[in-house]
Amino acid sequence: MADPLVRFERVRKTYGTGAAAVQSLDLDIARGELMTLLGPSGSGKTTTLMMLAGFELPSEGRILLEGRDIAQTAPHRRGIGVVFQSYALFPHMTVAENVAFPLSVRGVGRSERDSRVAKALDMVRLGGFGDRRPAQLSGGQQQRVALARAMVFEPPIVLLDEPLGALDKALREEMQLEIRHIHQRLGVTMMYVTHDQAEALTLSDRIAVFEGGRIRQCADPKALYDRPADAFVAGFVGENNLLPGTIEARDGEECSIRLRCGPLVQASAVDCGGRGEACVVAIRPERIAVAGVTASDLGEGALPATVLEAIFLGDHVRLRLGVGDGGEILAKRPAGVGSLPEPGGPAAIAWPEGAAFAFRDTTPRV
Amino acid sequence: MARGILWALGVLVALFLVAPIVAILPLSFSAGSFLFYPLPGLSLRWYEDFFASPFWLPAFWNSMGIGTAAAALATLLGTPAAFGLWRMTGAFRAVAMGIVLAPMVVPVIVVAVALLLAFGPLGLVATHTGLVIAHAMLGVPFVVVTVLASLEAFDPVQLRAAAACGAGPVRAFFRVCLPQIAPGVAAGAVFAFATSLDEVVVALFIAGPAQRTLPRQMFSGLNDQISLTTTAAAAMLVVMSVLLLLAVAWLQARGRRRVQG
Repeated sequence: MADPLVRFERVRKTYGTGAAAVQSLDLDIARGELMTLLGPSGSGKTTTLMMLAGFELPSEGRILLEGRDIAQTAPHRRGIGVVFQSYALFPHMTVAENVAFPLSVRGVGRSERDSRVAKALDMVRLGGFGDRRPAQLSGGQQQRVALARAMVFEPPIVLLDEPLGALDKALREEMQLEIRHIHQRLGVTMMYVTHDQAEALTLSDRIAVFEGGRIRQCADPKALYDRPADAFVAGFVGENNLLPGTIEARDGEECSIRLRCGPLVQASAVDCGGRGEACVVAIRPERIAVAGVTASDLGEGALPATVLEAIFLGDHVRLRLGVGDGGEILAKRPAGVGSLPEPGGPAAIAWPEGAAFAFRDTTPRV
Repeated sequence: MARGILWALGVLVALFLVAPIVAILPLSFSAGSFLFYPLPGLSLRWYEDFFASPFWLPAFWNSMGIGTAAAALATLLGTPAAFGLWRMTGAFRAVAMGIVLAPMVVPVIVVAVALLLAFGPLGLVATHTGLVIAHAMLGVPFVVVTVLASLEAFDPVQLRAAAACGAGPVRAFFRVCLPQIAPGVAAGAVFAFATSLDEVVVALFIAGPAQRTLPRQMFSGLNDQISLTTTAAAAMLVVMSVLLLLAVAWLQARGRRRVQG
C-alpha cells in the first residue's frame, strides 16, 4: 500500500512481566478507509486503538501518522478524534458546547465555531439539540454527539472504541448504518474496535481479526467470510461448522480428510499440513444442502445424517444434524423453500465443491 | 417496645450532643448580667454591646478576614493535592495521603508549638500572614478529603476525552474536571473556613493583639470578666457554623444532582 495514513510497525505492548497484550503488530490503514479491529476481549484490539490515541505507549515499535512517528507524542498533540464506549460527553456543557470544545481549544473564532458546530450536529441529525444537556438525551443521541465532537475539528482519523456497546440491538443496527453512511459521505478515515463480528461485517472496508495479541487475518469482509485464513477466523467471523479430523491424502490444495466422527470428506487446504496431521474442516451452515432422502439418492459425496432438532427462526430453519459416530453439523436452510426432513427421520447432506476448508487445528478447546 | 427504647436512646444521644449549645443560646438574650437561669428578662443588650465594643468587633472582622484568606489558601493547595492523590496509585499514594492528612491527626497543641518555633525566626509570629498560613495548613486536609470524595464520582475517561479534543492536562483540569467537582471544592473551602473560625489553640500561641480572633477573644473574655457578651459571641459562632453546615449540605446535593444530570 503506497503512503498509508497510519502505519503500525512491529508495535509491541507488554504490561509488567506478563504476556504481551500486543505482539509485534504490523498494520497499515489507508486514507479514507474504515478499518475495524475485531476480536474477543483481551485480544489486543482496544490496546492497539489506545496506542494510536496516545493513552497507552507502545513498549516497542513505531506508530506513523502521515509519515510522522507519533508513538511517544502526548494524546492532545496528536489531533486524532476519539469516540469512547461510555460517550464521555462533558455533563456540565450543553451539546453545542461539547461539540465546540475541540474548536475552542484550537482557538477557532466564535462565528466559524458556531457554523462548524451547527454543521457537525446536522451531520448526526441533531440540529436543534444544541442547547440540551447530554443527560437529557438518549444513549443513541449521546453517542451521535460524541461522534460529532470527534469529527468537528476534521481530524485525519477518527477512532471508535466499541461505540455502540451500550445500546440495544435495534438502535445498534441503526447506528451502524449511520456511521457507515457518514463515513461514506465524508470519506473520513476511521478505526473501529468491536467484538461483534456482524457489526464488523456491516461497517468495514477492511477487518483485522485479533486474537491473543496478534492479527490473525486482515481482509475485506467478503474475503474474510469466504476465505478465512485460519481456524480461529473461520470460527469467529460468521457461523461455521468446525469438524476435527485427520488428513488422509493431500494433492496440492485438495485434501481427503477422515473426520473424527467417521466420514471421509474432501476439502481445500488453506493452512494445514500433509498426510497424517490433525486438522479441522470448516463448512458454513448455509452452504449445506439437506434432503429427506438417503445419501445414495442424493448422489456422490453426500453423507447420511439424522435430524436431531429443527429450529424455526422465521426467515430460516436451523437443523442440528447427527453425522457418523457422535458428530454434529449445523445447517441453515431458508424457511418455506422446498421441504425439509422431519426430526428423527433419515436425511442426507451435501455441500458444493470448494465450500469446505481445512485448517491446522489451533482452536483452543473450550 | 424495642422501637420505643431505640427512639428514647436516640433522643438522649441527641440531647447529649446539643444540650450545651442550646443551654448557652438563651443566656445571650438575658436582660440580666450573670450566667444564670431563670432569665430575669429578655433583651438584645449583649448583642448591642458586641457590635459597639472595641474588644469584640475587631475580633469578629479578624475571624472573617483570616478565615476567608485561610480558606482560599487551603483550597488553592488542597484541590490540586486531591487531584494528584486521585490519579496516584501504589504504595506512595498512602504515604502522600498520610502527609497531606497529618495536620488533621497530629494534636493541635503540637502543631501550635511547632509553628511558634518555626515562625519565630521567620518573623511570622503575631502577623496576619502567619495566622493565615497556620489556619490554611489546618484546613488543607478538610479540602483534600472533600474534593477526593467528589472526584470519586468523576469519570476519568472524561480527561481522555478532553485530551482527544486537543486539551492539554492543565486545560482539561480547568475546563472539564474543575467545573464538575466545583461543588466539592466549594464545600472543602467552607470546611476550611469553619476550621479557621473555631480554631483557638494555634491562635493563642501565634496571634498577636492585632490578630485576635473571635474564639481567642472569648477565651480571654471568660478569663478576665464574665460578660454575657461572650454568650452573644458564642451564639453568633453557632449560627455561623449552622449556616456553613447548611451550605455544605446544599453544595453536596447540588454535586449529586450534577452527576446524575
